[in-house]
Amino acid sequence: MGRYFAIRIARALLTIILVVTFAFVVLRLSGDPSLMILGPEAPPEVLAAFRKAWGLDDPIWMQYVDYFGAIAKGELGRSMRDGRPAIQLVLERIPATLALTLPAFAFKVALGIPAGIYAALNRGSAIDRAVMITAVAGFTVPSFVLALLLVLVFAVQLGWLPSGGQEGWRHAILPIATLGLGGAAVLARFTRSAMLEVLGQPYIRTASAKGVPWRKVVTSHALPNAAIPTVTVLGFMVGTLIAGAVVVESVFAWPGVGRLLVVAVANRDLAVVQCILLLVALTMVTSNLIVDFLYGFLDPRLRAKGAHA
Amino acid sequence: MSPLVSIEGLSVAFNGVPVLHGVDLSLRKGEAIGLVGESGSGKSVTWLAALGLLPRHARVSGSVRLDGREILSAPAATLDQVRGGRVAMIFQDPASALNPVLTIRKQLCEALALHRDLSGDALKVEARRLLDLVGIPDAARRLSAYPHEFSGGQVQRIMIAMALAGNPDLLVADEPTTALDATIQAQILDLLSQIRREMGMAMVLISHDLGVVAENCDRVAVMYAGRIVEEAPATALFDDPWHPYAQGLIGALPPLDGPRRRLTAIPGTVPDPSKMPAGCAFAPRCTVASEQCGVGAPSLAPLGDARAVACIRAEASRRALLGIAAE
Amino acid sequence: MSAPLVEVSAISRTYTMRSGMFGRSTAVHAVDGVSFSIRKGETLGLVGESGSGKSTTGRIVLGLEPPDAGEVRFDGEPMAAPGTREWRAQRARMQMIFQDPLGALDRRLVVAEQVREPLDIHGLGTRAEREVRVQELLRSVELSAQHGRRYPGALSGGQRQRIVLARALATKPDFLVCDEPVSALDVSIQAQVVNLLADLQAQLGLTMLFISHDLRVVRQISNIVAVMYLGRIVETGSADDLFARPQHPYTQALVSASPAPGRRSAGRIVLSGDPPNPAARPSGCAFHPRCPLAIARCVTELPALASVASDRQVACHLVTGPEAQSRDAA
Repeated sequence: MGRYFAIRIARALLTIILVVTFAFVVLRLSGDPSLMILGPEAPPEVLAAFRKAWGLDDPIWMQYVDYFGAIAKGELGRSMRDGRPAIQLVLERIPATLALTLPAFAFKVALGIPAGIYAALNRGSAIDRAVMITAVAGFTVPSFVLALLLVLVFAVQLGWLPSGGQEGWRHAILPIATLGLGGAAVLARFTRSAMLEVLGQPYIRTASAKGVPWRKVVTSHALPNAAIPTVTVLGFMVGTLIAGAVVVESVFAWPGVGRLLVVAVANRDLAVVQCILLLVALTMVTSNLIVDFLYGFLDPRLRAKGAHA
Repeated sequence: MSPLVSIEGLSVAFNGVPVLHGVDLSLRKGEAIGLVGESGSGKSVTWLAALGLLPRHARVSGSVRLDGREILSAPAATLDQVRGGRVAMIFQDPASALNPVLTIRKQLCEALALHRDLSGDALKVEARRLLDLVGIPDAARRLSAYPHEFSGGQVQRIMIAMALAGNPDLLVADEPTTALDATIQAQILDLLSQIRREMGMAMVLISHDLGVVAENCDRVAVMYAGRIVEEAPATALFDDPWHPYAQGLIGALPPLDGPRRRLTAIPGTVPDPSKMPAGCAFAPRCTVASEQCGVGAPSLAPLGDARAVACIRAEASRRALLGIAAE
Repeated sequence: MSAPLVEVSAISRTYTMRSGMFGRSTAVHAVDGVSFSIRKGETLGLVGESGSGKSTTGRIVLGLEPPDAGEVRFDGEPMAAPGTREWRAQRARMQMIFQDPLGALDRRLVVAEQVREPLDIHGLGTRAEREVRVQELLRSVELSAQHGRRYPGALSGGQRQRIVLARALATKPDFLVCDEPVSALDVSIQAQVVNLLADLQAQLGLTMLFISHDLRVVRQISNIVAVMYLGRIVETGSADDLFARPQHPYTQALVSASPAPGRRSAGRIVLSGDPPNPAARPSGCAFHPRCPLAIARCVTELPALASVASDRQVACHLVTGPEAQSRDAA
C-alpha cells in the first residue's frame, strides 16, 4: 500500500519537473528576455549589464538550475505592466475565482451525483429521460451561451439579478449557476453510466440472491463500486478550480484568475501568463494525486497491484 | 410428502418476447434435480424468475410455492427472507460473483447477519467455521482478504460458504463449475455433494453439461426453447431418452472410451425467441417430426414411473433409436 | 506409415513476468522441453488445463512465437525466420482457428468477403475464379451463398466458426492448428462442427494439431493425444487407448474428473490443491504436490517421458522407474 502511494507521489513530482522545464524552454524560445524587457531601442551596454545582472550570459544548464531555484522560492518574475511580482498579482485574484468555483463545485456534486444515481435506479422512466436530456443539453451548450442565456432571462428580462461585476453575493449567483449547471450535467451522466455498469454486474445479483434488501444492495454494494469511475471526473473538476472559469469570468466581468489570464495574454505579460500556467499545472497534478489516493482507498485491486508489483 | 418447491405455469417475457412458456417443476426436500439445456433454453431464467432476481422489465407470471406459500408475488421483505435464508443461489462466473471492494469477512457476515441471530464475535466465529467447512485453508487470516486474492475455485468455495450462511433448504447452483478447470470442477462438485449429504439440503443443478448433471442429480429435466421437454430419473434418462432432443443431446456427446462413432449432431440451430415456430419448437430440427408437430406445442405428459415427456412422436422416436442400436 | 509433417523437438518458452515499474521479475516456464511429431493426414490432440502451456505450444508450432530453445520442422524444413519470403510460403500452408470466432471476424464486412481475403492476399486465381472458390468453400462448411452475404453479427456461433474454418481452408493449407475451436459452442452445435472437421480432414488429407481442455472432443478427433501439465507433456498415446487406460496419475485424475452420464460420483479421484501456477513451478515432478501417489523421489527428480508400450509414453517415476515394479507387486 505504501508502495502504491510512493509511486504516485514520485510520478506527480516528475510531472511538475517536466512542466517547469517546458516553461523554461518556451521562455527561452520566445526570444531574448533582455530585449523583450528593455525593448529593441535599449543601448547595447545597458543590455549587457542587464544580461550580467540576470545571469543570461551563463551557460544554459546553469540558467536552467537557477530557474528551478527561483521557482522553488516563488520568484516568477515581475509583471511588465505594473512591475509588481507576478505571483502576487495572481495570488490576489485567487479568492475571487474560488468564490465562484467552490460553490459551483458543491452545486455540481449536490445536484449531479444524486441525479445520476436516481436516473440509473429508475432507468427508462420519465425522470431518467428528463435527467438525460438536461444532461446532454448541459454539456453541449457552450458555457458562454449558457451564461448569456441566463443573463438574458434573469438580468435583462426579469431584472432579478445583476448581469456582471463583483459588488456582492447577488453578483455571484449567475456565474456560479453557469459553472454549476454544465458541471452537474457532466457529473450526472458519468454517475448514471457508472451506476448502470455496476448494477449489471454479477455481484449485485449475488447480493440480492443472499437476501440483502434492495436499498442496502444499492448503498453498500453498488455505490462503493460506482464511486471509482466517478472519482475520476470529480478529480478533473477539482483540477479546474483555479483556471476553469476563464470564459465565465470574462462574460460576467468577474475579477478572478481567469480574467487576469485573458488580460495578460492580450498584453503579452509573459511573467503573469507563466505564473498562471504553473499554478494550473500544480493544481492539476495535485488533484490527480488526490484521485490516485482515493482510488487506492476505494479499490483494493489497485492497492494490491502497487504492492506486489 | 408435500413438495418443498412447486413451480406451476411459470412464464417470462422480456420486452414482450416470451422466453419461458409455462414451466412446471416440483422438488422434494433433500432432492437433487438437474436442469440441462443449451444456452437460451430458459434453465437459468426459470430460477431467477422464481426468486424474483430478474430485471424489472421482465414480465413474470405463474406460480411458485415454497412449502405451499406463494412467493412469486410476495412482498419484497418476504422475498428477502426467502433468498439466502430458505433458498440460496450460486452462479457461474466466480471472477465477478463477489463484490470486488468488500472483504470476504464483510460479505460472509452480511449474509449471516441477515438470516441468523448472530452478532459481534459470534458472527466472526461462524464466518470462520463456514470457510473451514468449504475447505479454504487458513480461514482466520483469509477472512480479511479481497475476492481478487483468491483463485476461481476458491471463490466458488466462498460463494458456497455464503450460500450456506442461512442454512437454506435448497441450493440453486447455476453452472457452478463451467468456468473452472476439470480437476477444480471435480473438487467443487465433490464439496457440493458432501455438504448436501451432511445438511440434507435439496439442490437444483443447472448445467449445459449432461455428464455433470447425470453424476450429481437424482432427477433431470431437459429444457429446450423455454419449455421442459423431458423429465426423468437421471439413470433412466441417460439409458433410455424419449424426447428426440434429449436423444440428440446424448448422441452429440463424444464418448470417452469404447469405440469411436460419428456424433449424431442435431441439425440447425435453436430458434430465436422472437421467431418461435408454431407448434413444437423442436420440430424444425427433429428427424421424426410429423405434420401434427407443427400444429400445437405438446404439453409435458406423464409416462408411467416418474417420467414425463412433451412429444407426440416420442414412441416413434424411441423405436427409431432402438432400431439403430439393434443394428 | 507416412512421414511426419510437423516435428517439434524439445521446444521451450519462458516469459518474464514483471508488473509495475520496479517490480521483481519472475520467470514463467510456459513450455518446457516439449517434443512431438504429427504424421501427414493425422491429428495430434493436446489436452491440459489452464496454465498447461498448450496454447503457447500451438503458437510456437505455427511460428507466431519463437521458441527459446528447441526447433520446429515443417515438412522436413526448419521454420523460416518471420517476415522472410520462405516464411510466408510456409505460413500459407498452415492455418489456425481459435475459440472465439466473433473476435476473429471483422464485424463490418460480409463473411464471404472475409473468406475471399486470403485468396486476394496470396493472389490466387482470377477474380472470377476466386468467387467460384468462395462459394465452393462455403459449401464445404455446409453454408449457403446466402449465409455468405451476411455480416458476422447475423450468424450463430456455430455458423461463425464455420466461416472461420472456410477462411482457414481458402489457401488449401496442409496443416491446421485448432485452439479450443468448439469450446464456446453448445453441445449440439459442437457435434456439428466436430463432424465437419473430421469430414474435411478426411477429404482434404489435412494434418491437425487440436488443442482443447475437453477430453471427449479431443479423443473424438485425434489419432494421438498428448496430455500437458505445467508446460510439459506427461503422457502421450493413441486416442483410443489413452483415456481408457490412463497411466500417469494426472491423466487418471483428468479422466476421472470428466463427468459421464450413467456414472455416479463414487470413486472419483478428486485432486486436492489449487490449479497449477506456471509462475511457481514445483520442484521435481511439477505434479507432485497434488499427486495422491507421490514418493520422495518425485519431489527432487524430474521424470523424463519414457516409452512404456509401443504407442505409449509416460513421464512418471511410479510408472517408468524401479518403483513401478514394487507398485505392481503390491
